[in-house]
Amino acid sequence: MDSINAALIDIVGEDYVSNRTEELFTYSKDLGTSEPQWPDYVAAPKTAEEVSRIVKLANEHKLAVVPLGGGMSLAGLALPLRGGITLDLKRMDRILALDEKSRFIVVEAGISHGKVTAHLHKHAPHLMHSEPGAPAAATIGGNLAIHGQGDLAHPYGFNSDMINGMEVVLPTGEICRFGSCALDNDWYTLHPLPDLQLFLGWSGCTGIITKVSLRLFPCKAIAEQDMFIVEDEDLVPEILYELTHVGMAEDLMAISQEIPPPFNRLHCILVNLSGDSKEELEFKRKLLFDGKLTKYIKDGTGGIGAVGQRIERPQVSKTSDWRKGGGFEYVGAIVPVSFYPECYRRGSEISQRHGIPYTVLGRVIGSGHGMMFSWTYAFNRADEDTVRHAREALHETDEMVLELGGTLWKPAVFGQKLVMDRMDANTLQMMKKVKHLLDPNGIMNPGNWEVV
Amino acid sequence: MYTLHFDENKCLACETRDCLTKCQYMSMEVEEAAAEMQKLIRGEDSRVLHECRTCYACEEYCPMGNHPFYLIVSRQEELKIPPLPEPNIKQGVQMGIPFRGSPEIEEINGPVLNMGVFSPLIHLAQGKLFEGLTPISADKRKMHHYFCNLMYLHFGNISVINERLPGIIDTIAAHKPTEVVHFHDECYGTYTSYAAAYGIEVPFKSIHMFEFLYDRLNELKDEIRPLGYKVAYQRPCSSRLSSDKHPFVNKIFDLIGVEHVDRQYVDENALCCGSTILSQRQTGSRRFCLDIQNDNIQDMKKAGAQLCIFNCPACMQTIGKQVADEGIMPIWMSDLCRMAIGEKPA
Repeated sequence: MDSINAALIDIVGEDYVSNRTEELFTYSKDLGTSEPQWPDYVAAPKTAEEVSRIVKLANEHKLAVVPLGGGMSLAGLALPLRGGITLDLKRMDRILALDEKSRFIVVEAGISHGKVTAHLHKHAPHLMHSEPGAPAAATIGGNLAIHGQGDLAHPYGFNSDMINGMEVVLPTGEICRFGSCALDNDWYTLHPLPDLQLFLGWSGCTGIITKVSLRLFPCKAIAEQDMFIVEDEDLVPEILYELTHVGMAEDLMAISQEIPPPFNRLHCILVNLSGDSKEELEFKRKLLFDGKLTKYIKDGTGGIGAVGQRIERPQVSKTSDWRKGGGFEYVGAIVPVSFYPECYRRGSEISQRHGIPYTVLGRVIGSGHGMMFSWTYAFNRADEDTVRHAREALHETDEMVLELGGTLWKPAVFGQKLVMDRMDANTLQMMKKVKHLLDPNGIMNPGNWEVV
Repeated sequence: MYTLHFDENKCLACETRDCLTKCQYMSMEVEEAAAEMQKLIRGEDSRVLHECRTCYACEEYCPMGNHPFYLIVSRQEELKIPPLPEPNIKQGVQMGIPFRGSPEIEEINGPVLNMGVFSPLIHLAQGKLFEGLTPISADKRKMHHYFCNLMYLHFGNISVINERLPGIIDTIAAHKPTEVVHFHDECYGTYTSYAAAYGIEVPFKSIHMFEFLYDRLNELKDEIRPLGYKVAYQRPCSSRLSSDKHPFVNKIFDLIGVEHVDRQYVDENALCCGSTILSQRQTGSRRFCLDIQNDNIQDMKKAGAQLCIFNCPACMQTIGKQVADEGIMPIWMSDLCRMAIGEKPA
């Protein structure tokens, strides 16, 4: 019997290890345009201690370890580019503590956002966390590893800004904690100890996040989505500036897409509002629509598209339906809000060049401090030509983002290289040192964020 | 292209000017109404063009059988005085563009049900009442091919209706229906009122949904068990284009044993659901919309309504939840009728 397989079985049990082709196949792909990459083993640990033992085993054998959350990545970030062990963390999904009064919840990092939401809905319905725009199966740890944002991005920033502490298994196997939990206190704050945050946004290259304390926020009794529409993309930044000045929304997004036709060449600004009473909601609507947006309505350049709708996250995945074959992948970037018009124009040009209906979305982060802008490209999985077009469009978009002065968000390897090519040399060297210090054998998600 | 058959002489002969003096959203005496109508006839700017809430009611108020509302909308387009901001108009107009293939045309050679653009509500057309009626637009991917497009009256956009409508008529006619029952008042109004006013030929016979329901209920009369509810009815704007069919509301209610509550905003005085008013360019439209919605629903409540009956999906979507929040159950007319013969609502 394969000795590594046997060692993995010894750590996590026979039911949670596999080196069989039919099971490795599942882990060899993600949903985007990446070519399949096969792991040699898949293991699904239940505890941080098991993760630690696996990592130590991998170091002994110089085997790659690729942590996997919900498998929602479209950009190949959790594909085993150098084989090795794919670490499926979905069994680590316990809720460890909920402190309502201090507004935090401690969870294992393999828990899905959907499970956290369901738990809060049942046990603390007046509290919520920030869910990303991904399917409910996306995990807390996976989202942090890519600096995700969610539906509370406008008031509170990135999801990775909304944590009170973390537990991480280092690439050499030690289990470390960061924040108040490092003092064996409760998990109520990440600050003010010396900053050791070297794990967020690293796509698992510097360690495996195993526990997280998430900040929770007021969840009001009534929530709704309103929509304001403009045709001129140049108006979007100033409207978002007006709306963020009021600061009443929970989430602010602007979307434009060729299909379905009502959204084509229009910019729909989605405003999520909430209130504990109808009066509170109407107060907020009044400030936004009757105050800040009236001038656009009056001069006919902007209009109320809808008020009081059920909140629906923009379902970017639906764009995969606009052509046969059901595939899509997107480039995300963090840009100043003022970039919206150019991002839209350049993105729709790229789409047009590749015969793909354009789909773009911008989500405000903070009080207009930034925007996550995404360009989505649909393809037919069964048609290599459309996959190639989508891949080329993605690469062109990566290049365009950097040319504009944007910062790629959770880039694929192609985009990572572009970023590192442009990065300040000293910063790049520091990245290299950090990576080498934490991961001397280079086993953690190799191929990603590799400084040459 | 098609032009509006508007008889100016009828207008000149009118003594009441009900079209404008009865308007619930503009206050106007007879003398001013006469002057404003003259401006509209001459194609000049008028306060009506800026203040119209596009509720369609003047089509019903007109005692001369003329088409004051179609005239107003035509002039709004000609004089470029759109009631809505441009982005809303663009979005609305694009909403009617088919994008998921052409419909499969089957010849029915019998009575058909036209859901128009509301194919997703096809589940409402079930049970004994709808037996023998073949739906021609049940596939929501193809619903835009059956969309009457009359909604664009709210957008000050006659030209898009006239451009698209002949193709829609051809699609329906291709099914070879002996008669077409229209689920929505708006479709019925399109093919019986609007098309006639613009000289657009309609080669099929149209039946109003309420007339159809009334006839079917009569055929199933032995199965009717009086429901005993007190109900209010949310009259849609497009019902103003077929006011001769409006009496079927009370006829149905009488037949199934529900009490149509006596209230202020009923029949001719019905209030708009506010769907389009919400987004209009006039200052304060959003607030105005909320006010009339509130007045309307409080009026239902005061009159003791237990149920609010809807036939228009836009009305249901716009105020259905608010009605429910006030303790009045929103329900489709088709469901109410099905309940009366012992069936469960869809």
